[in-house]
Amino acid sequence: MTTMTYREAVRAALREALSTDERVFLMGEDVGRYGGAFAVSHGLLEEFGPERVRDTPLSESAFVGAGIGAALGGLRPIVEVMTVNFSLLALDQIVNNAAAIRYMSGGQFSVPLVVRMATGGGRQLAAQHSHSLEVWYAHVPGIRVLAPATVADARWMLPAALLEQDPVFLFEHATLYPLEGEVDEAAGPAGLDRAAVRREGGDVTVVAWGGSLGTALAAAEALAGEGVSAEVIDLRTLRPLDLETVLASLAKTHRVVLVDESWRTCGLAAEVSARIMEQGFDLLDWPAQRVCSAEVPMPYAKHMEEAALPRADTIVAAVRETLA
Amino acid sequence: MTAAAKAGRAHALELLRELLLIRRFEEKAAELYSLGKIRGFLHLYIGEEAVGVGAMQALRPEDAVVATYRDHGHALARGIDPGSLMAEMYGKANGCSRGRGGSMHFFDAERRFYGGYAIVGGGLPIAVGLALADRLRGIERVTACFFGEGAVAEGEFHESLNLAALWRLPVLFLCENNLYAMGTALERSESQPDLRLKAQSYAIPAEAVDGMDVLAVERAVRSGAEVVRGGAPYFLELRTYRFRAHSMADPDLYRTREEVERWKERDPIALFEASLRAQGLLADDDLAGIEAAVAAEIDAAVAVAEAGPWEPVEDLLADVTTPR
Repeated sequence: MTTMTYREAVRAALREALSTDERVFLMGEDVGRYGGAFAVSHGLLEEFGPERVRDTPLSESAFVGAGIGAALGGLRPIVEVMTVNFSLLALDQIVNNAAAIRYMSGGQFSVPLVVRMATGGGRQLAAQHSHSLEVWYAHVPGIRVLAPATVADARWMLPAALLEQDPVFLFEHATLYPLEGEVDEAAGPAGLDRAAVRREGGDVTVVAWGGSLGTALAAAEALAGEGVSAEVIDLRTLRPLDLETVLASLAKTHRVVLVDESWRTCGLAAEVSARIMEQGFDLLDWPAQRVCSAEVPMPYAKHMEEAALPRADTIVAAVRETLA
Repeated sequence: MTAAAKAGRAHALELLRELLLIRRFEEKAAELYSLGKIRGFLHLYIGEEAVGVGAMQALRPEDAVVATYRDHGHALARGIDPGSLMAEMYGKANGCSRGRGGSMHFFDAERRFYGGYAIVGGGLPIAVGLALADRLRGIERVTACFFGEGAVAEGEFHESLNLAALWRLPVLFLCENNLYAMGTALERSESQPDLRLKAQSYAIPAEAVDGMDVLAVERAVRSGAEVVRGGAPYFLELRTYRFRAHSMADPDLYRTREEVERWKERDPIALFEASLRAQGLLADDDLAGIEAAVAAEIDAAVAVAEAGPWEPVEDLLADVTTPR
């Protein structure tokens, strides 16, 4: 096992992909000379040159679309979009083209494109750099949506994404980049089909992903001090969802709290909750509880942003509700 | 008649055959639409045939084509089997996109026909990406990208031209200027209606061509494609006109009958026929022979569509993603 940061893990995955597969190239805003807005691709330009570590103009629609075209043309592009808020400028290419081309061509063409982007709040960046819009992508058939929450997944989900024949979107919560963790350098591409139990427990199930996993684990630790044993599940793959792991946990705990940094209305927690109702209604002793972001454009002031985001204490309160 | 003259005559008669094939195919499509055999949107290419026919003559089998929702002429001129196109419009499983796409989304992997795109401007980034893949793979070939003059108002047009010029990518931009974006005339939507200037502002050489003259189109596309094969984008504005409404749903209230009639005096097929007759290259028998062959080909295409199977409903979810 090697200790590294989440940022270093993504970089190691990129370096490996660029080294081992000549079809792979990285493109996006400031990925090259600047070294990446989050310093993820630092040093890769020097190692692989400007053709394969390609700085783009501020043209999200064109360079995401060019990624689709390059994938159709036989390459394995990795496109970095600086943040999920910026990716909205490329939604036409993503929804109308990347997700649809395989189906509307009758299966003749597939689009093996990987798109990475930073997501999430907690950095006082206000209403245009802080949102968690993963669910907008998870809504769309034809694409796979991943949320690596651990350093190990940051290292090994990208190579797994590059093995897929269809578009894969990786959401990297921006507060995770400096996080340190253990990585098995020999592990190989991660499985993408299953959620993971990150902490075992018997009293309540807490479901989280991405940047909220750490918050959920902190809440579980606090609950342990109160004698409540919480099982924490990391969804990992947001589309397609692995509900089996959640239901297996519910069979034990019969209570569930869903932590979702996106807005509550029409969020992913709503989808998971609906599926639990459809497939696991009899398992529940209490209605599923949701801890989501407040329904506001993200405020700048620190205390207001904290009030808007899911926190360990709000998760603990929701758990107490299910145990009432 | 010299060998060169014979070859020239044979080529001219082939152009005429293709022009007529598109014209009669479209007339049949309109008839079948009124019979309810074809549903959805139907955008006819009548009046614009010289653009597709002339352009495809100048492209090679290894080149790629990105088309628009008005794609019947492009597909026929590219040599895609008319039966598979007609079957696609019927929604049959033997259609070129297995009945998933319909009139607006013809695809054909074998002929590198990367699809008809129905979001105006949405195909341009894909063409840029196909050309980028060729550049990175060291393959010298052209990506021909068709779009209408309406696309010039979209951001994706500007982003794509900039990327293609900045990265010196082999894209041949073919702007079919039929003067109307659905019902909005060019001078009512562009502050600068000279479209060449827009390409030139991205340092892309540009010229305008009479899109009603099939030989002029062929010549211009051939020389444009040569520039592109040398490793740089090129822009052609093909000045044309659609004789029919935007789609079958369009009451055509935004232009005068007189204007349409004036343009019909420049019917690309009538002009070409007259020119060939004046040179003694076309006799009544020749024309009758071509018309008969075209009629037989269209009858056969309709028969293929009529006889084609429906995709089983059980396959509804097939090919949303690649089977793993």
